[in-house]
Amino acid sequence: MDPIISVKKIVKVYPNGVAANKGVSIDIEPNTIHAIVGENGAGKTTLMKILFGIEEAQEGKIFIRGKEVHFKSPLEAIKMGIGMVHQHLMLAEGLTVYENLMLGIEPTMFGIFLNKKRAFEIADAYSKKFGLDVPLNKKVKDLSVGIKQRVEILKALLRNIEIIILDEPTSLLTPQETEVLFKTLFSLRDSGKTIIFISHKLKEVKAIADKVTIMRKGKVVKTVDAENISEHEIARLMVGREITFEHIPKNENVGNVIFEVKNLSYKNDENVEVLKNISFSIRSGEILAIAGVEGNGQAELVEILTGLKKATSGNVLLDGRSILGLSPREIREKKISHIPEDRMKNGVADKAKIKENLISDRYYKEGFSKGQKLNWNYINRESYRLIKKFNILVPSVEAPASALSGGNIQKIVVARELSASPRVIIADQPIRGIDVGSEELVHNFFEEARDNGSAILLISADLDEILKLATRIIVIYNGEIVGRFNNVNNITAQDLGPYMLGIKREV
Amino acid sequence: MEKFILKYFNLIRTIIAILIGVAISIFIIFFVSKNALGSLKYFFLGPFLSKSRLGNIFESATPILFCGIAAAIPFQASQFNIGQEGAFFLSAAIGTGFALSVSSIKLPGFIYVILTLLAAGIVGALWSFIPGFLKAKWKVNIIVSSLMSNYIAYFIGLYIINYHFRDKSAGFLTSYRLPESDWLKQFIPGTRVHIGVLIAIACAFIVYYFLYYTKLGYEIRMVGFNFHFAKYSGIDVFKVIVLSSIIGGFFAGIGGMSEVMGIHRRFLWQISPGYGWDGIVVAIIGKNNPLLIIFVSLFLAYLRTGGQVLNLLSDVPYEIVSVIESVIILLITAEAFLENIKYRITVKEAERKEIIDESSS
Amino acid sequence: MNPVLRSILSTSFLFSIIRVTTPILFPALGVAITALSGSLNIALEGIMLVAAFTGVVVSAFTNNLLLALLFGILSGVGIAALLGYFHLKLKADIIIAGIALNLFASGITVFLLYIFAHDKGVSSSLKSLVFPNVQISLFKKIPILNSTLNGQNILVYVSFLAVIAYYIIIYYTPLGLRIRAVGQNPDAASSVGINVARTKMYALLLSGLFGAFGGLYLSMGYVSWFARDMTAGRGFIAIAASSIGGNLPLGTFLGSLLFGIAYALTNFLASINVPSEIIQSIPYIVTVVVLTIYSAQTSKKKEVGEE
Repeated sequence: MDPIISVKKIVKVYPNGVAANKGVSIDIEPNTIHAIVGENGAGKTTLMKILFGIEEAQEGKIFIRGKEVHFKSPLEAIKMGIGMVHQHLMLAEGLTVYENLMLGIEPTMFGIFLNKKRAFEIADAYSKKFGLDVPLNKKVKDLSVGIKQRVEILKALLRNIEIIILDEPTSLLTPQETEVLFKTLFSLRDSGKTIIFISHKLKEVKAIADKVTIMRKGKVVKTVDAENISEHEIARLMVGREITFEHIPKNENVGNVIFEVKNLSYKNDENVEVLKNISFSIRSGEILAIAGVEGNGQAELVEILTGLKKATSGNVLLDGRSILGLSPREIREKKISHIPEDRMKNGVADKAKIKENLISDRYYKEGFSKGQKLNWNYINRESYRLIKKFNILVPSVEAPASALSGGNIQKIVVARELSASPRVIIADQPIRGIDVGSEELVHNFFEEARDNGSAILLISADLDEILKLATRIIVIYNGEIVGRFNNVNNITAQDLGPYMLGIKREV
Repeated sequence: MEKFILKYFNLIRTIIAILIGVAISIFIIFFVSKNALGSLKYFFLGPFLSKSRLGNIFESATPILFCGIAAAIPFQASQFNIGQEGAFFLSAAIGTGFALSVSSIKLPGFIYVILTLLAAGIVGALWSFIPGFLKAKWKVNIIVSSLMSNYIAYFIGLYIINYHFRDKSAGFLTSYRLPESDWLKQFIPGTRVHIGVLIAIACAFIVYYFLYYTKLGYEIRMVGFNFHFAKYSGIDVFKVIVLSSIIGGFFAGIGGMSEVMGIHRRFLWQISPGYGWDGIVVAIIGKNNPLLIIFVSLFLAYLRTGGQVLNLLSDVPYEIVSVIESVIILLITAEAFLENIKYRITVKEAERKEIIDESSS
Repeated sequence: MNPVLRSILSTSFLFSIIRVTTPILFPALGVAITALSGSLNIALEGIMLVAAFTGVVVSAFTNNLLLALLFGILSGVGIAALLGYFHLKLKADIIIAGIALNLFASGITVFLLYIFAHDKGVSSSLKSLVFPNVQISLFKKIPILNSTLNGQNILVYVSFLAVIAYYIIIYYTPLGLRIRAVGQNPDAASSVGINVARTKMYALLLSGLFGAFGGLYLSMGYVSWFARDMTAGRGFIAIAASSIGGNLPLGTFLGSLLFGIAYALTNFLASINVPSEIIQSIPYIVTVVVLTIYSAQTSKKKEVGEE
């Protein structure tokens, strides 16, 4: 059978000099679910952007149904039947669902006015046809992530898309929501659609894909039938070496409780109780993981613990003394470090120099400055020392942080936060969107910090990460702690899932 | 060759922008003037043709440089406080009033100068505090508030001079003459170049050092790059936003008073002289770097002086300078200007490097 | 009743409020639509100036009001198009480009004023036309409305229509929907094939149209000449007016009215001998105060550093 999409020797170099695709060739068969895996920087997102018309390749050809194409915009890709559901959902939050659905293909009256009734009818018809139930009149900002994603898929189907590209679609879903998504994808495939699926989650790839393409460093390593390859083999091809799926060794030297959260509650500006009576404690030398789908209060919890937001009630104690309401600087002075979830927003200033990023928490301390004057010699030496210790690939410490790949930027953040000799580390989604190699390094650093006596609070939506690192696990749902697992020996993702979705809870 | 272009790309692009601006002005002059070649000569060579004209360059550059530094500080914090015009004007007005009021007290000569400049600086700082504080505390759009504050400062300044320090014996609306002890000495005979230019250059160096070698300067720049990051790292963003406006205003204030003390020796502006706007222009073109701003200020002053010669000796109005300036700013801030050329060179370099890598492995 | 109060509440005062609001309302609509699209146009000052100048010069040389209107509009839209080109195509910062264009407009209008009228201050040597004042029979029947709203310049009525047009555009046309979507989430819009740059450009061009009317009204209705920098900051007050109103039609109208009231008050107080400098600063002080109050109300959700 002829491939529905044929990519031949695509080359793409970005203006900053990064060569993202160096001669990529892939064939996608019709009516299949084709997974594309690879580290960050492997070039898969770039390839998809080219396929969808967001970026243009310098060299190479793309054939859709045997016809050569060269997309200059998403509109052209959509016309050829290609649609994309992005990892970060592409919806206008202030508009309603049906407004988002009809955006760009608005039905009109007399050619100039919106035909709102017609738009509604069309949306309703497609929704019923594909069994994707969505509240047409609600504003998008009032919807849950799972529903928003459904709107995204419906949006693509409304435009008579034959080929759907999904970029990390399950990164914001619970295991149960993921299963629903998979069912949807299977049925779409069976009804004649072709699905391309980018993922880091090898288990899911094995579960759902018909074919797998592994990419590495801008090139295709291999394209195989999914049933003929194991997860281990995929990982090896992605990275070039063995990855272990084990738990890190236990720490025998767990100490006393040093960090306590007591009855912490938070009501936001819209009077929604985002956090309800949260209590937990962490001992020195242990990693406490909070499992939960994003949007259940984790972000607000982290902001409160790190001084970026004020709690409504409750307390946070370090060595028994309250640190609630302290400023970010005061909290850092108490040796509490924070690896933020949004590294580009909080973790770095991408236009500032790497060395300037590395010292942002300590520039006023002894050695780094004397009086008002900064000691650049000392800063430069320290920066190089950190680069070396944390294995970060940089052209020089004078280069702007934006010159680095996502994984290396995260290593900058980790380097800064862990080198502050923290007693407590609050790590929020620390490995999201970074390559497997960097991921392992970051986890090694956490293990090292833990063994040196740090108490680590790990907040993650990645259950593999949690199962690998956690000493204990608590599950958060809707702002409450719904499950506590002190013995993590035989726990699996399926055990945690129901708690994460609020189906199960401890009394 | 390509590597050279890539490394100095921004500089080359700036120069090209300036050349295009100049080219457009040449075009306009040809279109409008009856004696185009003569006009061109007056415009581009005029500033060099006499000692006093050359002096004009440095005289005009002085207030522009002060305001450029003044703008650069909040701009580095990504705070678009454009209130330098008002701070300049009000500080000069109140400073003049101050100088006139304390002239009766007996003090050693140079103290007057220092005190008056300081007083003006403090007025500028306090006045610029307002938009900075409003932004930090209540998120008031600093562009709008600083813009409005320019108008308010102008009216207050005018009121103070016209109603309280007006020299009725003069033939026009102006303040009393400043006593000689309050003058900044003009030290190059044949010109009006005064010590203010030296003070301005010194300030540029001080502010450069401040921005790149001190803790507060670092904080200002980090807030400018990413205030979320700054806050998360422990920097007091509120303090930085307010201080960046205050410190900027201080230099605008000194600039205003220096112009009065060095050139006019009385407050005679009935319309706002516009140096604040010039300062914004040179800060933008000079990428908020005080050392670069020195050169850009001189260049702008050169254009202005040329424009004055042109206005005086030919039939082309002075306002052509605004046209050139605006073209240059537009081209300089257009990041994508010539970007496609840079891109093609970058791709070539990347491919070349790939070939070298491959052949050596 | 206190004579001062009586004067303020007189219909002639109300009449002057409407008259004075118009040159703020037009640019405010321009600011509003671009704000909704995510590309704030701060060059309305320059756009109005250029249109004011062009209208005067064209009407003086052609003696044709319609041509003056046409070229005035073209000039305003042209400046907006330049802004769009530099910001959207050449990736210039829109605020800086706006400042540059305001500078350009200020310079070029004086430059050309000198060329055409041989005067750098006012265009009085040119015999320019004005747009007519209009009597609307509908209003004649209602006394208060008659003295307040009747006999205004035709462009004043156009400004009311402009508010309605703005409302219809953003809520009832595909363009308006796209403008709002682009302003909220440009990535979302482009992912469905909407050309974000083109949409923003349309918003800018519309703002040029609104601004042009504002400028034409200033030099050919409000007064009958062009003077250097005659916009006197109205393009910037317009920013405050529309942002207080949430950039929405009714809000922008009310915001502009607020500043119109401040302006009218200024003119009135001057006529009873309060020092002019202090009075003239009133609209600007009002702007800052109102903006502060407004921002303080809505700022609670924002972090330090955001606007």
